[in-house]
Amino acid sequence: MSQLFIHIIVPVAIFGFIALFTLFAVYAERKIAGFVQDRLGPMETGKYGLLQTIADILKLLQKEFITPKAADRILFAAAPVIIFGAVYIGYAVIPWAPDFLPANTHTGLFFIMAVVSIDAIGILMAGWGSNNKYSLLGSIRAIAQMVSYEIPVGLSLIAAVMITQTLNFNEIALQQGVMSPEPVFFLGIWDVSNVGGFLAWNIFQAPHLIVVYVIFFIASLAECNRAPFDIPEAESELIGGFHTEYGGIRFAFIFLAEYAMMFLVAILGVVLFLGGWNTLLPNIGALKLADWTTGIGWGIFWTLLKSLTIVGVQIWIRWTLPRFRADQLMSLCWKVMIPLGFVCMAISGLWRILVMV
Amino acid sequence: MILKTTIQGFSSAVKGLFLTFRHLFGARRSRQSVDIRKPEYFDQQEGVTTVQFPKETMPIPEVARYQLDVDIDDCIVCDLCAKACPVDCITIEAVKSPEVIGKTSDGSVKRLYAAQFDIDMAKCMYCGLCTVVCPTECITMTNKYDRSTTKLTDLIYGFGEMSDAEIAQRKAEWTQYQAEKEAAKKK
Repeated sequence: MSQLFIHIIVPVAIFGFIALFTLFAVYAERKIAGFVQDRLGPMETGKYGLLQTIADILKLLQKEFITPKAADRILFAAAPVIIFGAVYIGYAVIPWAPDFLPANTHTGLFFIMAVVSIDAIGILMAGWGSNNKYSLLGSIRAIAQMVSYEIPVGLSLIAAVMITQTLNFNEIALQQGVMSPEPVFFLGIWDVSNVGGFLAWNIFQAPHLIVVYVIFFIASLAECNRAPFDIPEAESELIGGFHTEYGGIRFAFIFLAEYAMMFLVAILGVVLFLGGWNTLLPNIGALKLADWTTGIGWGIFWTLLKSLTIVGVQIWIRWTLPRFRADQLMSLCWKVMIPLGFVCMAISGLWRILVMV
Repeated sequence: MILKTTIQGFSSAVKGLFLTFRHLFGARRSRQSVDIRKPEYFDQQEGVTTVQFPKETMPIPEVARYQLDVDIDDCIVCDLCAKACPVDCITIEAVKSPEVIGKTSDGSVKRLYAAQFDIDMAKCMYCGLCTVVCPTECITMTNKYDRSTTKLTDLIYGFGEMSDAEIAQRKAEWTQYQAEKEAAKKK
């Protein structure tokens, strides 16, 4: 019985977190956009516009369901559910703290890649089901982009997994700190098993993973259709891309999925490359900073801190760089990131064989 | 080739990111309003430029030329402003008077009553031609510019001060005077 209760409370808690995060992130996005452009952002609703996103969501919830006459009713109605569901299920294997994750599976990374790919089908359903030329163009672009960028994401994940030798997120995170069951080497030379901190993170265990992380980060921006890779939405060319015809609570779900995806790829990068829930602070002699700042509470704190920083960087990039042209997007993926990904994968193999014996 | 483009693109992206980062932290302050004639006018590159309008306003010159105002006591109802107006936003209706009504502040003689003196601010294009032609300088541009209303007709500003009864009385006086003159001519 209590097991059943846990099975209900965990998804609800994750959904609550996603909703809360979206409200916060939209506010942050608008404020950062304002500040970058020497404006103030929302200021009227509540103190410093803090209630702006709550007002927005209330507006969206009140709106009526509108299905265009020519739309494919089933696809149109199912698409937001699939888009959000795909991202939401991905949270099932994300570790928040030591041994604190919804599902401790051995194939966590594989599962997340498989599930998040369904997102592309949802977007195609939304674009096709709307029966609108802009929506269809947007979703075709989205598919082309997401399918291409899945490859650099996959290659960078393989490069990381070759170092970690496991697909289990809990173990991947465990290997990057003071709680590691195996010895951890900083740059492959210095044993930092008892030092921990940022020195034990994957990107410092094998320094070529910094390049891999950059590839992963750029490709994951494209995966979640965010600027500068937002050609599927491209409001100036395609009105709103695949979600042109959506309104009200359906649009809210597509929006929620976009922000949930942002956080999901941020936390995925954090767990694989930036030490997951492991602390930033190393043990220095008698100052056992790493030991003191490890635990469930601290784990959640570090995960959130790192992931939200990455989300902040995503927002910062969005308001800095202009949108890529479709051909530039493809040439960046196929001519630059995939070859680089292969090289990094080869280096990972060599590193594993020659350095991390 | 592709390598060069990529490195160039990456470095320019990083440059752009630093630029926006500077602005992000520059947004802690607001920009001060500096006189454009000062040499340091262009030194302020960062800081919030937004003026939260109803709560704060931008400084405007004392001799600003915004909405029109009419000092009806000085008006001699010559209709020049209405003729000069390119968009015909001024409507004037005059009632003649048998004798001199009074004098304006600059000594011009008033012989007409302004039964109606309306300016439609929704039409006004703020060219200021009416103020140029006015012989008594009674129509002027003021530093007021924010008079939002919910009704379009509220934007028609009436400057005439006469009541309907008064207008009717003055009209009657004039018709009577005319009739008397006609009668005198016939004699």
